[in-house]
Amino acid sequence: MTTTTDPAAAAVRSIGTARTRVEGRDKVTGAARYAGEIPFAELAHGWLVLSTVARGRVRSVEADPVLAMPGVLAVLHHGNAPRVESDFVGMLGVPPDPAAVVFQDDRVPHAGWPVALVVAETSEQAREAAETLVVHYDQEPHDVAFSAGHPGAYAPESAGYAEAAVEKGDLEAALAASSVVVDAEYTTPEEHHNAMEPHAAAARWDGGRLEVVDSNQGSTWVASELAQMFSLDPGAVRVRSEHVGGGFGSKGVRAHQVAAVMAATVLQRPVRVVMTRRQVFSLAGYRSPTVQRVRLGADADGRLRVLEHRSLSATSTVREFVETSAAAGRALYPADAHHTTHELVRLDVPTPTWMRAPGEAPGSFALESALDELAEKCGVDPIALRTRNEPDRGPVSGLPFGSRNLVACFEEGARRFGWADRDPRPGLRRDGRWLLGTGTAAASFHAGAGPSTAAVTAEADGTFTVRITAADIGTGARTALTLVAADTLEVAPERVRVRIGDSDFGPAMIAGGSMGTRSWAWAITIAARELRERLALDGTVPPEGVTVRSDTTEALGALSQKERHSYGAQFAEVAVDTATGEVRVRRMLGIFAAGRIVNPLTARSQLVGGMIWGISMALHEEAARDRNLGSHVGADLAGYHFAAHADVPAVEADWVDDQDPDDPIDIKGVGEVGIVGAAAAVANAVWHATGVRHRHLPIRPDRVLLAHTGAHDA
Amino acid sequence: MASPTSSAITLTVNGDKHELTVDHRTTLLDALRERLDLTGSKKGCDQGQCGACTVLIDGRRAVSCLQLAVAAEGREITTIEGMADGEELHPVQQAFLDLDGFQCGYCTPGQICSAVGVIAEHAAGWPSAVTEDVRPEAGPPPLTPDEIRERMSGNLCRCGAYVSIAQAVARAAGAESEAVRETGEAA
Amino acid sequence: MREFGYQRASDVSGALAVLDADPDARFIGGGTNLVDLMKTGVERPSRLVDVRELPLDEIAVTRDGGLRIGATVTNSDLAAHPEVRRRYPALAQAVLAGASGQLRNMATVGGNLLQRTRCAYFTDVTKPCNKREPGTGCPAVEGEHRNHAILGASGHCVAVHPSDMGVALTAFDAVVSYETAQGPGETPLADFYLPVGDTPHRETALPPGALITGVTLPPAPVAARSRYRKVRERASYAFAIGSVAAALDVRDNVVRDVRLAFGAVASRPWRARAAERALTGGPATAEAFAAAADAELAAAEPLRDNGYKVTLIRNLVVAVLSELAEEDAR
Repeated sequence: MTTTTDPAAAAVRSIGTARTRVEGRDKVTGAARYAGEIPFAELAHGWLVLSTVARGRVRSVEADPVLAMPGVLAVLHHGNAPRVESDFVGMLGVPPDPAAVVFQDDRVPHAGWPVALVVAETSEQAREAAETLVVHYDQEPHDVAFSAGHPGAYAPESAGYAEAAVEKGDLEAALAASSVVVDAEYTTPEEHHNAMEPHAAAARWDGGRLEVVDSNQGSTWVASELAQMFSLDPGAVRVRSEHVGGGFGSKGVRAHQVAAVMAATVLQRPVRVVMTRRQVFSLAGYRSPTVQRVRLGADADGRLRVLEHRSLSATSTVREFVETSAAAGRALYPADAHHTTHELVRLDVPTPTWMRAPGEAPGSFALESALDELAEKCGVDPIALRTRNEPDRGPVSGLPFGSRNLVACFEEGARRFGWADRDPRPGLRRDGRWLLGTGTAAASFHAGAGPSTAAVTAEADGTFTVRITAADIGTGARTALTLVAADTLEVAPERVRVRIGDSDFGPAMIAGGSMGTRSWAWAITIAARELRERLALDGTVPPEGVTVRSDTTEALGALSQKERHSYGAQFAEVAVDTATGEVRVRRMLGIFAAGRIVNPLTARSQLVGGMIWGISMALHEEAARDRNLGSHVGADLAGYHFAAHADVPAVEADWVDDQDPDDPIDIKGVGEVGIVGAAAAVANAVWHATGVRHRHLPIRPDRVLLAHTGAHDA
Repeated sequence: MASPTSSAITLTVNGDKHELTVDHRTTLLDALRERLDLTGSKKGCDQGQCGACTVLIDGRRAVSCLQLAVAAEGREITTIEGMADGEELHPVQQAFLDLDGFQCGYCTPGQICSAVGVIAEHAAGWPSAVTEDVRPEAGPPPLTPDEIRERMSGNLCRCGAYVSIAQAVARAAGAESEAVRETGEAA
Repeated sequence: MREFGYQRASDVSGALAVLDADPDARFIGGGTNLVDLMKTGVERPSRLVDVRELPLDEIAVTRDGGLRIGATVTNSDLAAHPEVRRRYPALAQAVLAGASGQLRNMATVGGNLLQRTRCAYFTDVTKPCNKREPGTGCPAVEGEHRNHAILGASGHCVAVHPSDMGVALTAFDAVVSYETAQGPGETPLADFYLPVGDTPHRETALPPGALITGVTLPPAPVAARSRYRKVRERASYAFAIGSVAAALDVRDNVVRDVRLAFGAVASRPWRARAAERALTGGPATAEAFAAAADAELAAAEPLRDNGYKVTLIRNLVVAVLSELAEEDAR
């Protein structure tokens, strides 16, 4: 048939209009199937067995009694599991997490290390067998105690995507020249992603191809690493991940997929492995605890001369991972002496990983709290202080900004929050048993992109199909990409079907680093534009359709060097009962500058969700580890608290106009900037309410009580 | 086949009767997901700590992960799959969809089932932990945002969709009471 | 979870006979605690006897004006019952402060009293625990114990009882009724939970195989003005780090009657009798309330990280009694 683009639709732009999620109906009716919910004939159930000791070696795995139990099909462990390759660098530039390369040797580097997989006909049988399995260990002394001044602290050579250390300017001279100095230590605890859907994967061999149904943030990532581990041709592995119950950085290549593939290989039947909530705590990564020292030196009016931020975080003994907290200020504030460095301590703990706004989330708590302390000391309004320290180029890089609308965020936020009426003195406002206070903080997050491919097809029936190995982990990416494709094709979004989460669609960026939608939209835009041009020349569409493919590798390489970030201004009002230690957030407002907002409905949800993470981080979240035993205590959702409904008041997010004419795509991510600065805004509000600085998260009732009993800063 | 540790039972789910033999260890959640292919009820924690598995049992919300399937025989079970009336979404589902009361969608079926329960519990005059005065003389509490938040607190959402969820529950509660007035039905 | 038998009890004597014959069998009500503990391997019963359909689900006003609450009454029905809300508002508040709406719909009164501690060492079978495995030690004493006991604990166990409902019942002198194969019995809730000592695995005075049939609240006019305040580490859906159930009758600024019990401070709901004695007949002032709290808390033996509970309970006592006194004055 002949198809033409619809001139009437071309006038109606979809981008920027609120659209409910294209998969929304499936999600509210229960029809959307997640990884652990796809049925397979002859499916067997795998249950992981994790080490109960914090360090040592597996002496023996008593598999025989378990193999005699009803329904048990196999017990995989280091003595019998298939050997796999782990000496490679994956698509994200790092080797696979050793905890995912399961059952290769007898070493136990931390509690909760995978030591076996029990496979049975039913999940009940697998669970009972896994719990019955006796594993003998040769235990060795462990060290899981993270603290400032740990004798093992060292300076890593690299910090992943950021420089480990940047030391610009003469620190001592700048300190000496400063009229006002803030010097404080802040700590943040071990925090866990805890996506609502625990990690799940089912693996099977299908005519010589390995097929994995998974819950992940990037099926290209998982497929390519599985191919390398199992020495398979990349085309021989297909990973699908249609609906994902949250990720936040935790859903990459993990033990469950690798164990499922091993078991499917050994048994030659489909095997599903689902992590329990407790297992997620030791197998899926987490945010390292940090100890951060911030020194700010300034003139009397608050103009910074010194920005020193030194962060200590933990890593495991099997892999180096740096929580880049000190990098938060590198693109935010200028100073004559600008020193931002990281140290690590290796402990007998699981390897930390990226978690929503890695680096920026804990780093902004320290830096933006210190800014508030500086504002107090200088007698300068916290917003004026930030405006006064607004740079015209990257403070460290010297590069021009793509767009920087932080001040506009503060101005709009101040107006809407009612900041102008604020009395800066702490401890003055009361509502019954509650002391009230308000606080603010800045937010920023890098706006990057990764190479992606896409295919856009004009179908014979006049519709369009987009195929891209994107992941919608709750971001609304599927919907946003539909709008992007529709606008580029100049058709109504109802005529566009976006298919994602299938590694067969070709390589693409992961849903991570707030780069997903920007990266995928770029690839779709290129392909859709070319398709539209082709159809304009010849509108004939054969039965198999017309398909155009794109690859953004070249376009990304051609992008000019700039500081590209999203920004935001966070505002919080809190109530504190100093008699009970309870802290409640009463309202929050975040105004962001985050490029072109594709779908206001879902973008707002993401930003608000990030801010709610900030509430959780400020008041609730903290994993506990027993020093003597070396393992988690209370590794479940009753022991690890994040905000429940009752903790979350009216939280509002909005944005200001933010354009970078030089940016061909001009979309910035909104997945992470929402949490940045949010915890600091809450902590600064707690100070304003009570006059007490809380420099250690979370601000628990016991900490508030102790601070007011002892009348000192917490 | 039934044995000392399994039983042949009939489960009534969304009005349909299902005959199956269950290992006594099988929870209602696993029976729904693994045996009846009703995967809308989600397993977020399997310990009663998140609410993702919430269903209605005899009209009251319950966590199906702590409910043994064998003990659910003879009770009316309603899951997310039974909420809509054909193509017509339940008002709570429609409000969640319209107001974007979810992100990843994994806690959503539990949130929706819980919200249906909350609206019924409120209509029955039940107080909550934030009800100022629980004495019956004080009358039924208005369904304020704080009341909704407290009553929905057994349903965790890690994406942080709480704000629009609470709005959706409020909208659906209003719509439902109007619907009741229109049809003249008792609450 | 090990395999187990299951049957529904249709009468009390039949239910008792099963446990009499099989000491590894357990009664199951709502299952909200037991099923969880079975999943984590803490409980491994051979057989479950489902008592939820026994005719023990009534709440009735007794002839003397108290309440008789059946063992299988759900938490939700208890909290919604007009006579509970009218006569013992703190009990309704305590129940509503516990768990979530879903769990309250399932959980029963009998099960609530018999729920086990949420101490994270107890619920993790990979860790030592004297309560779960006598003689293995109590890692909480040196470990993570921010929410552990400050009163009545021992070096063998510092876990706290998690019930909110039980705190209010304790304040109002509840009596637990039970049946055994040998006949009925009853125990005041105050004596129901055994001292920890060196036997933390022995938790209640209930005879082996006994089935709780109900709880009786004696009449208590003071309870009509009562309140439950709970502090936790988030605003809802969390166990208490400290709670207070209180009732107060003040006339002419003199305390005529007072009831006070604390939650999350001991292995059982803690009746604050020393504080009650200190208050009765004295002035209803904030100073008196604080002094009474101090009298009770003098026995507190905080661990390294839970000393804040002493302050918290003291402040809660003052706050709640002051509110009640103010209402009395109106």
